Amino acid sequence: MDTRVELGGLILKNPVMSASGTFGYGLEFSLYGDLQELGAIVVKGLSLKPRAGNPVPRIVETPCGMLNAIGLQNIGAERFLRDKLPLLPWDRTPVVVNLYAQSVQEFGQLAGLLGREPGVAALEVNISCPNVRHGGFQFGQDPAAAAAVTREVKKNSGSRPVIVKLSPNVTDVRTIAKAVQDAGADMLSLINTLGGMAVDVHSRKPRLAGITGGLSGPAIKPVALKMVYQVCRVVDIPVIGLGGICTVDDVLEFILVGAHAVQVGTANFMRPDLIFDLIRDLPEAMSRTGIVSLDEIRGALETSSDRMDPLEKMQNIR
Amino acid sequence: MLGMAWAGSRDFVHLYLEPPGWEASPGQFVMLRPSAWGFDPLWPRPFSICEKTPEYLRLFIQVVGRGTSLLRSAAPDSEIVLWGPLGKGFRIPVQHPLLILAGGMGIAPFVGMCKTHPHPERINLLFGHRLGLEHYPLDELPGKIRKESMHQSTPEDLVDFSGVLQERIRDFAPRGEILACGPMPFLRVGQRHVLESNARAQLSVETRMACGVGACLGCVIKTRNGEMLQTCVHGPVFDARELVLQ
Ligand SMILES: Cc1cc2nc3c(=O)[nH]c(=O)nc-3n(C[C@H](O)[C@H](O)[C@H](O)COP(=O)(O)OP(=O)(O)OC[C@H]3O[C@@H](n4cnc5c(N)ncnc54)[C@H](O)[C@@H]3O)c2cc1C
Ligand SMILES: Cc1cc2nc3c(=O)[nH]c(=O)nc-3n(C[C@H](O)[C@H](O)[C@H](O)COP(=O)(O)O)c2cc1C
Ligand code: FES
Repeated sequence: MDTRVELGGLILKNPVMSASGTFGYGLEFSLYGDLQELGAIVVKGLSLKPRAGNPVPRIVETPCGMLNAIGLQNIGAERFLRDKLPLLPWDRTPVVVNLYAQSVQEFGQLAGLLGREPGVAALEVNISCPNVRHGGFQFGQDPAAAAAVTREVKKNSGSRPVIVKLSPNVTDVRTIAKAVQDAGADMLSLINTLGGMAVDVHSRKPRLAGITGGLSGPAIKPVALKMVYQVCRVVDIPVIGLGGICTVDDVLEFILVGAHAVQVGTANFMRPDLIFDLIRDLPEAMSRTGIVSLDEIRGALETSSDRMDPLEKMQNIR
Repeated sequence: MLGMAWAGSRDFVHLYLEPPGWEASPGQFVMLRPSAWGFDPLWPRPFSICEKTPEYLRLFIQVVGRGTSLLRSAAPDSEIVLWGPLGKGFRIPVQHPLLILAGGMGIAPFVGMCKTHPHPERINLLFGHRLGLEHYPLDELPGKIRKESMHQSTPEDLVDFSGVLQERIRDFAPRGEILACGPMPFLRVGQRHVLESNARAQLSVETRMACGVGACLGCVIKTRNGEMLQTCVHGPVFDARELVLQ
């Protein structure tokens, strides 16, 4: 049974990574499993300066999911490199840092700082953040802005592979995916959270202090699967799928629609050892479904036209 | 799950679980998630460790919403995934007198502690409650504890209670350590009197939690120096001087 995957120059023991913002700086979970077992560790979004984040309540549970408006609270890139990274098993498991900035230049600076670090295996760029210098719309919602960020990060990241994390809050995610690929991204990850809100009818108030937030968890899996499926058909670079993954079957579904690897996010909140169990169960799930290697099923989704025999297919052609 | 018992009404549940292999300090909590929940409710629920003996781990739960009402109707032999002990509990200086301020369910973390404290005669308890006393496990606390309870059903009662709270804190301040747990408005009033009297006090706060391990940053509370700290790992018990209660 071969669970290994090659991902833009990185070799992962298995395709299961943690999703940014749902796994802290990794160390929070070391009581519940061996971090070295992960395919890769993706840490909380880092900015140049520490950020305090949004007022509370910042999280609210919704049917089969949750909304969050954390506001990118983090200790800042420098403190991460000094206090957290040395404690992670970066020499055994790739550590991926997630970048958050509010201007193209700031993204470049952050990439320069993080890309030099031997313990950092790859950079993941969160383009679902407001472009403060240009009216506050999200970089991820505009192909030109997304491409500009990608080029700037690529230019400053040294030899580190760059993953660009796409927002689902767009008209056609394929347009952004292609723009980012053309700008030099080594990989894509998708999806980030879907915009949403929750209201308390008794108090007539929004349930989040920030009024709106991002939806995640099993509720968004169908949306994520569709977007990963669509993007995998139009780009040549590896795609990391995420959105609602909770079980091994979920992992295999994302690989079937074309993902190279996956990230587990909100499911880490259901119980802190879930991701470790999922990795342990993966080989058995593969053998149960007759899968020898993940390469064999990647993108091997059988659509109804593939399933028809050739004669039937000919009859369907007019 | 070993069993369940009700107190006063179906909304107050004592949940008895198989004893875990760890030791905990009062004020620490556990996360619970029945396996039967599937994907909904998604998050586990946090509860204070009420009492831990060689025979059982006991939680004292008030039914207030979906998760707690599902817990109440969990099948007796069903599997509940539990992890802990989580967070930082109360520091109990056993040599010093204690003043415990508990509001409603805020009594939960003190039950086991009071029952095993070597000097119950040094413990004073002020208990504020909105519902009948029959709902709360006050009778099982050692008789040597000086207990005082106050019922609040009207806004005037609340004003009276705040006055008594202030008096007790002021009188006790020079003598020992104050421990408080209860709803946010209760803690806010308590904190104000504590700071005015220059008392030493520890407060246990409840915030909305998803992960319980410090990862999601949903449960943060603001400190006096402007930091946003995760209640689940830096708390739930904090020094009263440290917090800004909103
Ligand atoms: C450290 C800690 C210790 C606690 N100890 C106890 C205890 O010993 N006994 C007890 O009865 N309750 C305790 N609580 C409160 C208890 O966790 C909530 O009452 C419970 O989660 C409500 O869940 P629900 O699904 O029934 O309510 P819902 O309102 O349907 O829950 C929706 C969400 O809000 C959260 N939530 C709702 N009320 C509270 C609250 N008061 N505090 C924090 N989160 C809340 C829930 O966890 C859930 O995520 C504690 C909370 C914390 C943080
Ligand atoms: C509490 C929380 C914090 C998050 N923080 C970040 C972040 O810092 N950077 C980022 O790129 N994505 C962040 N995300 C998005 C997740 O990484 C992921 O894209 C999204 O939640 C969908 O996956 P899921 O359904 O498996 O959680 C966060 C999500 C949650 C729930
Ligand atoms: S509950 Fe997630 S950080 Fe405290």
